Amino acid sequence: MTLTRRHILAALPLTGAAALGLGFQHILSSMRTGQFDPRAIRTSGGTVPQFPPLSPLPGLQGAIEGIECTSLTQQNKPILLNFWASWCIPCVTELPLLSALAPSLTLWGIAYKDRPERASAFLARNGQPFERVGQDKDGSAAIEWGITGVPESILILPGGHVVWHHRAALTHEVITHDLLPLLRPFL
Amino acid sequence: MMDFFGPEEGHYALALACVLALFQGIAPFLKRQGRPSFFSPLTPGFAWAHALALLLAFMCLMLAALRDDFSVQNIAENSALAKPLFYKITGIWGNHEGSILLWIVLLGLCSACVSFIHTRHQNTLSRLKRHALGVLGLISAGFDLFCLLTSNPFARLFPMPADGMGMNPLLQDPGLAVHPPLLYAGYVGFVVPFAFAIAALIDGQLTRLWATLVRPWVLVAWALLTCGIALGSWWSYYVLGWGGYWFWDPVENASLIPWLSGTALLHSILVVEKRQSLRIWTALLALATFSFSLSGTFLVRSGILNSVHSFANDPTRGVFILTLLALVVGGALTLFAWRAPSLHDESSFTPLSRESALVLNTLFLCTLCAVVLTGTLYPPFIQLLLGHTLSVGKPFFDSTTIPLTIPLLIAMGIGPALPWLHGSLRTTCKRLYPAFLCTCAACIPAFVFLPDRMAALCAVLAVWVIYSSVLALFHQLRVATHPFRPSRKIWGMTLAHIGVGVAILGLCGMSAAHHTIVASRLGEHQSLDGLDWQLVSVTDHPGPNYDARVAELRVSRHGHPIAQLHPALRVFSHPHQTISQVAIRSFLTGDLYAVLGSTEHEGQETRYILRLHHNPLAPWIWLGGLIMAGGGLMACPFGRKRTQGTPS
Repeated sequence: MTLTRRHILAALPLTGAAALGLGFQHILSSMRTGQFDPRAIRTSGGTVPQFPPLSPLPGLQGAIEGIECTSLTQQNKPILLNFWASWCIPCVTELPLLSALAPSLTLWGIAYKDRPERASAFLARNGQPFERVGQDKDGSAAIEWGITGVPESILILPGGHVVWHHRAALTHEVITHDLLPLLRPFL
Repeated sequence: MMDFFGPEEGHYALALACVLALFQGIAPFLKRQGRPSFFSPLTPGFAWAHALALLLAFMCLMLAALRDDFSVQNIAENSALAKPLFYKITGIWGNHEGSILLWIVLLGLCSACVSFIHTRHQNTLSRLKRHALGVLGLISAGFDLFCLLTSNPFARLFPMPADGMGMNPLLQDPGLAVHPPLLYAGYVGFVVPFAFAIAALIDGQLTRLWATLVRPWVLVAWALLTCGIALGSWWSYYVLGWGGYWFWDPVENASLIPWLSGTALLHSILVVEKRQSLRIWTALLALATFSFSLSGTFLVRSGILNSVHSFANDPTRGVFILTLLALVVGGALTLFAWRAPSLHDESSFTPLSRESALVLNTLFLCTLCAVVLTGTLYPPFIQLLLGHTLSVGKPFFDSTTIPLTIPLLIAMGIGPALPWLHGSLRTTCKRLYPAFLCTCAACIPAFVFLPDRMAALCAVLAVWVIYSSVLALFHQLRVATHPFRPSRKIWGMTLAHIGVGVAILGLCGMSAAHHTIVASRLGEHQSLDGLDWQLVSVTDHPGPNYDARVAELRVSRHGHPIAQLHPALRVFSHPHQTISQVAIRSFLTGDLYAVLGSTEHEGQETRYILRLHHNPLAPWIWLGGLIMAGGGLMACPFGRKRTQGTPS
């Protein structure tokens, strides 16, 4: 049997299917060992993602600037980025902790899917720990950051290195055990 | 008597089915001194016995569900005493184990039907049928084993709970009761072309007779799959209450991919039947369509793809199906690589002919299929190769599928007007001239009413498809001597093409849909798209296993009332879950769609959150799907002796 172009073409589907099958096999075996999670969000980490510039909240005391990618990467101090919303109940309980952190750590807040007047009223009512507040009205920045809900906090070290992403409200334990050790070199 | 057809009998029947399927798979391939062995003629019998055993198993599971036998784990996890009787029955296939059982039952019924095919002592044909039955038996054996070993619906639970955990209220819906059986029947139906393609490859010849034999199966499977997909999309439209009908979710794509390749198969098999050409391509499409159906099931059940359809994912199960897939698909494609080069086409054709139009069609459909496949598999593979996560959604699919659909629609209008062998440009133009004029006339309303240019263009092309298929039908009726019988294929084709046009018009209309979210007081008026929506009242009603809060909305245009809508919010007790019951009022021109949300209290005042949608032409999407499926069934040569004619 001579090998013609016909034979090569006829073997193409098999090759493609075999490649896919090997890929699936690898995915499945890494799923079993926990190295691959199909539901994982933003596993790349490391750096600040590209997101659209977020405009500041109008009529807010102390925070007049919005948040952009560049300003976040060009800082020479660590920043704790906090996604929150006025409609989120855990955010209310989290705010006093953030206020306690504020003197020692720069806090930037992003109001996630919120109306500006409600977000401002929320901060006026419960305290305003943020140096800058940006509005993410349609949640597009949250997608870039891989946010699954509010509140979530992200620690960014100078140079735009994302070192910590906490997907729940902060607590005393989390702050003392997880966050503060990361900040030790900077305190 | 009470315990006669209990879960243990079902379990036994499932194991029996497994063995029978294995017999069915092995018997036709046994040889004794170069001739089929004594067991070979028993193959149809095995197929029947296998189907009966599976039906018995299915009946046992149904009885267990009806008897509220919570000692069966599957029933305890998905049913409850308070569940309405109808959903106790349909709930059987609303979960992983039950749906796999349904899948293999349908597979068994398919082999039983194949064993019915009358071969009239024709040697080639009976060998083809035997081999196809064998392939079906082997596939069934694999999936029966899968059901028995990794997802046993009859697994017991000890101690037995007093009440079940209840079914997801979203699934307690009549639309979803029919959607899985239809969809699975479509998926599974493509196993018959697959098995016959393998039989033909084993034989080394793919004849006109093969095409005549297989075409009805392709048509029926395709029509059922079309219905299943349309129903699923309708369900997501009126149950999920997001106002959308297609989300490019991996599970939806997993049904779209075999549909696209099945549509291509439907067209290329015609060329084999008429002109004994395109054989390798047809064989590949027959293999690919069922392989895609299988892979879809695998991807969904293994949890590789991230989807809203949450089955209890289990990587062990995934490994089992992957092995099965490797055997079935890998085996089939190896056979293809080995035998396909020896299939030679008997005739070639000119560029301007029905054949080349069909080739063009299958090429576009396969490209679409490849695009959808790429978009679906891109996220897991990128994560595997490069380590970062991303999602592929509507923007990708819109920008890639629409430009491919446009030439497909243009070709769909021209194809039916072309004759077989070779056509003349002049006659074709002359024949399509009236359709072209009507299409030009349709440009004005399309571009005025549809803000999106791309949608308007698609709408115009949909009109083109409808007009030109009607024209082609008229031409055929004039040519044909007998007005109905010889052109049943033509009737079916015209109907299916019109269905495509209607569905595309619906999709284009939906692109001009508007919605608004309001917090409304009682008696307050809202306006959307020139309509006035008034919230009249909100009342509480108890239901069988839920409590409902029902709002009454009055919709009027220029002061004339046109509809009353009753969106509701249902609070289920078991499991505790709140579901919004969408209110839809359909008109030929579009849907009025209202969703009741939560309640806001501000002091003394109560406001109700309402989401109001106006979806122009929305019902046309599903109407088009039904017309397509109807066309497919119509083209099916039921009742005629399929195997008549001389073997070539």
